Amino acid sequence: MRTATTEQTTHPVLIFWIIAGWVGFCILPWYGVEDGFFRFGWLFEGYPFDEDYAPGAFLIAQGRKLWLAPMLLALAAPLLVLKRRKTDPVFAVVLILSGALGFGWLIAQGFGIGIRGFNFAWLTALFGDLGDRQFGMGYGAMILASAFLFLFTQGIAARGAINGDVFVVSAIGGVIVIVGTFVFFPIAKMLTAAFITEDGGYSVGIFAAKFFDDRLWGLGCLWGARCGVAWNSLFLAILVGLLSTALGLVFALVVTRSGFRYKRALRALTVLPIITPPFVIGLALILMFGLSGSVTRFVADLLGVQPTRWLYGLPGLLIAQTLAFTPIAFLVLIGVVEGVSPSMEEAAQTLRANKWQTFRTVSLPLMRPGLANAFLLGFIESMADFGNPLVLGGNFDVLSTEIFFAIVGAQYDQGRAAVLAVVLLAFTLSAFYAQRAWLGKKSYTTVTGKGDAGVHPLMPRGLSIPVFALAAIWGGFTVIVYIMIFYGSIVELWGVNNTLTFKHYLTAFSVKLGDNGLLWTGAAWDSFWTTIYIAAVAAPLTAAVGLITAYLLTRQTFAGKNAFEFGTMLSFAIPGTVIGVSYILAFNVPPIEITGTGIILVISFIFRNMPVGVRAGIASMSQLDKSLDESSLTLGANSWQTFRRVILPLLRPAILAALVYSFVRAMTAISAVIFLVSAQYDMATSYIIGRVENNDYGLAIAYSTTLIFVMLAAVGLLQVVVGKTQIGRRTQFTAGG
Amino acid sequence: MVKPQISGKAAPVSFRGVSKKFGKDVVAVDNIDLEVQAGKLVTLLGPSGCGKTTTLRMIAGLEIASSGKILIGDKDVTLLPATDRDVSMVFQSYALFPHMTVLENVAYGLGFSGFPKDEARERALAGLDLVGLSGYDNRLPSELSGGQQQRVAVARALVLEPQVLLFDEPLSNLDAKLRRQVREDIRAIQQDLGLTVVYVTHDQEEALAVSDEIVVMRNASIAQIGTPRQLYDAPVDRFVADFIGEANIIPCQIETRDGDTARIAIEGYRYDLPSRGLPVGPASMAVRPSRILLGVKNGFDATIAKATYVGIRMEYTLETAFGSMFAVQEDVYHPLQVGQAVKVGFAETGPVLIPGG
Repeated sequence: MRTATTEQTTHPVLIFWIIAGWVGFCILPWYGVEDGFFRFGWLFEGYPFDEDYAPGAFLIAQGRKLWLAPMLLALAAPLLVLKRRKTDPVFAVVLILSGALGFGWLIAQGFGIGIRGFNFAWLTALFGDLGDRQFGMGYGAMILASAFLFLFTQGIAARGAINGDVFVVSAIGGVIVIVGTFVFFPIAKMLTAAFITEDGGYSVGIFAAKFFDDRLWGLGCLWGARCGVAWNSLFLAILVGLLSTALGLVFALVVTRSGFRYKRALRALTVLPIITPPFVIGLALILMFGLSGSVTRFVADLLGVQPTRWLYGLPGLLIAQTLAFTPIAFLVLIGVVEGVSPSMEEAAQTLRANKWQTFRTVSLPLMRPGLANAFLLGFIESMADFGNPLVLGGNFDVLSTEIFFAIVGAQYDQGRAAVLAVVLLAFTLSAFYAQRAWLGKKSYTTVTGKGDAGVHPLMPRGLSIPVFALAAIWGGFTVIVYIMIFYGSIVELWGVNNTLTFKHYLTAFSVKLGDNGLLWTGAAWDSFWTTIYIAAVAAPLTAAVGLITAYLLTRQTFAGKNAFEFGTMLSFAIPGTVIGVSYILAFNVPPIEITGTGIILVISFIFRNMPVGVRAGIASMSQLDKSLDESSLTLGANSWQTFRRVILPLLRPAILAALVYSFVRAMTAISAVIFLVSAQYDMATSYIIGRVENNDYGLAIAYSTTLIFVMLAAVGLLQVVVGKTQIGRRTQFTAGG
Repeated sequence: MVKPQISGKAAPVSFRGVSKKFGKDVVAVDNIDLEVQAGKLVTLLGPSGCGKTTTLRMIAGLEIASSGKILIGDKDVTLLPATDRDVSMVFQSYALFPHMTVLENVAYGLGFSGFPKDEARERALAGLDLVGLSGYDNRLPSELSGGQQQRVAVARALVLEPQVLLFDEPLSNLDAKLRRQVREDIRAIQQDLGLTVVYVTHDQEEALAVSDEIVVMRNASIAQIGTPRQLYDAPVDRFVADFIGEANIIPCQIETRDGDTARIAIEGYRYDLPSRGLPVGPASMAVRPSRILLGVKNGFDATIAKATYVGIRMEYTLETAFGSMFAVQEDVYHPLQVGQAVKVGFAETGPVLIPGG
């Protein structure tokens, strides 16, 4: 009954990509269209003959851009093997060669020839002056590149890689290429930028000079002067890591090892960092402890002391970041503390250890990897944090903000920004590497609870009193901070005129009924809609890339899988500021010229948030038994059909979660965004930062509050929807054995 | 409309020098040759880690052989992935898709085999009928009992009329009583439809009960192939003797050989049995616990070390000059006492000499 695809002589997927390649080359404009990705004005402005809008084939036919011509050969070659069998060696070889050569040539010409003709002196020396130039690639080039890539992967599959599975090989190839293009290429570009001298040459000396700068590594603070930025960042990150881990553990113990009644409310804490734009905590602290903050004034009046600016600098940053990242540590540690098998603790108790001894000798040591994990997460987050240092930093400079000022400030020193970014990247990558090397494997294992019917013992009394006290203090503080945010948004002018008003909301979000319907007259609407639009475009793409990657990681084995995994999770450890700088350096010039567009924002979100999608996917996919895939395969479905009909339907909750989280994270992101926004595409967070810099706190806080509520609604909706699906799924699985 | 009939398209399977390595140095299957005849039920039996499941998965195409050739029918399928092989498999965990109804599960594979929707549905219903589950088509797998889920999994595999049907420890998730029932059902369907079935299990009793032929595997290679009777009555070595049923391995002396009959001696006890080509001299023999007679006149000496009452029989551990032995006796009403000395002999048939020690 079943006809083996290996013996067919028609290959629908191959035909599809060959056609796509020809369409890309002959019909779509080769170069990027200035007006925007989704504007189609070019159709009426001289297409297909105008040089700006012409497809590759038309350019060649007119005798221009002749360097595009060799790709025709690579595009024509696959037509010759259409009628051959997949097992025929010629089939594979032709596809691999045409794919590789076509793709290689496309990249090579893109880098070789830029807006000033040849990009490299030796090319000019070899071929003479080109007398022509080209801009960034557009639809045509993009489609053709994909066509070449997938011709290549089909060739590889035909040679028998991954059992000849075209879908899996293509997915691997696709993920490698996009991650390479949008993560590794910009980082590499940034690394080289660190070596570029002012006259455009390369020099190790210039890197060394900038790297060993006193502003970076100075130890002045040991004798009263100021320390280098790198030390500041490191010191802050270690402190924040330690504090947030300790507080996270405190909360985790309260939730899992105490008779505390309102555990659900505490768990809700974990949602806070997801929905809070990073700098909002800093703003709230200013409202309380700043020069005209309410607490400051109260204490000043009470004790008759002069208010100081003590908040700005290390103390403020420490408080703000600990507030912001404790919930993250909490989230990690709940899992860890629950993951300690109750039977271990019960065993210890039957061996005559008392509660405190059990905790100290069994529970705590078993939590150690989790504690280290939480610390490293806090460390990375603190290093990468941009919003709080910008708002609260004062004279305490840290790497992430220094990078920003090196690029946008009066100094405009790309080289220095690149060097700072390299240092920052080195710190976060080391932490990331340490986390993976020691504990990476543990984070994916799920606790099934099977055969472990025991109950966690309560905390020993001596421990529970300080733990409860700390949890109460810090929890209360967090609540006050969030109340302050809301209160601050409805006060006329904080500390000066405390009358309540909705003025700020009106300025930001007023609408008028004009002649042509609603007029969005508020100042914030522009950036608000842009944010929603960009986040909504990025979310499904992020989820798709993340889930496909998760599928490859959990379900397939292939050579280099570990490197693949490391590469895809890497962008988690790359601070947003570094992404921002590297994108500016990499995508401001052809062949990929997308700065100032919405696309670059979308792309930066996809790769910043991809690890979230990957993690969500891995977590739920590893709960699906592999025999489900295998039985689908033995029933005659291929791996794509299996993915679509079995895996995806069972992953619906994970898909939704990935969608909402990437949407929400795209809305709260600031660090990469602030480099990439343009007048046309301004995002909410960068708009708010702009207001803060103008000391317009009222509007900034009102806008932030609105964002928090919007995202709270999104997350709440998710909880409702996913909560239901999960219940349905759970029962099916338990009965399914 | 004619009701579709599920029929078999049984094809033989053959392995020619097949090996499977995982990574560089883990050899899961080492150079095995195997012929499974069309229409037969062949069991792969062995302790865990012996390579039986890997062998099964290589037939399915879920693992690709590292070297050697695999043929199904007369077609070389060595490099063919699972999707393209005409083989279906019943998984240990059943692997029913939890988001599809029973009918959708059974019709799943038919959709990919080019059947139009109506016919796929008819065939799926016929398949459910065959396993005795008609009327359950709109339920979700979670609404069925373990045994019913099992049967859905069988129906799902059957309706594709595969050349070879594979079972990976299909009974291990069922309780003991259901096991006997289901294995009889599987055997009945296999014989009715004349299917080629390859069946993996580590339970020797299950293997003896369902198989036409049993392949005993050990350490990635085949220890012995034969019918249940051959394996039980004439194991080729100590491993097979001990794995198929229980056996006492007893050292003995072959005193004389007379054609195919050998006379052995154990501490002066003489016993005649087939020689299996062994020369005069020291040898070993395998004796099933039930073939041991206690309290005979002619025999060797032993002491009762343990006596256990298990309801339908008595189980004894005996201490002898050459080590301990295990024996069972039907007589539960006159149990022997611990410490009692007895003479031990063998029943007329049953004990065999083991070639190769």
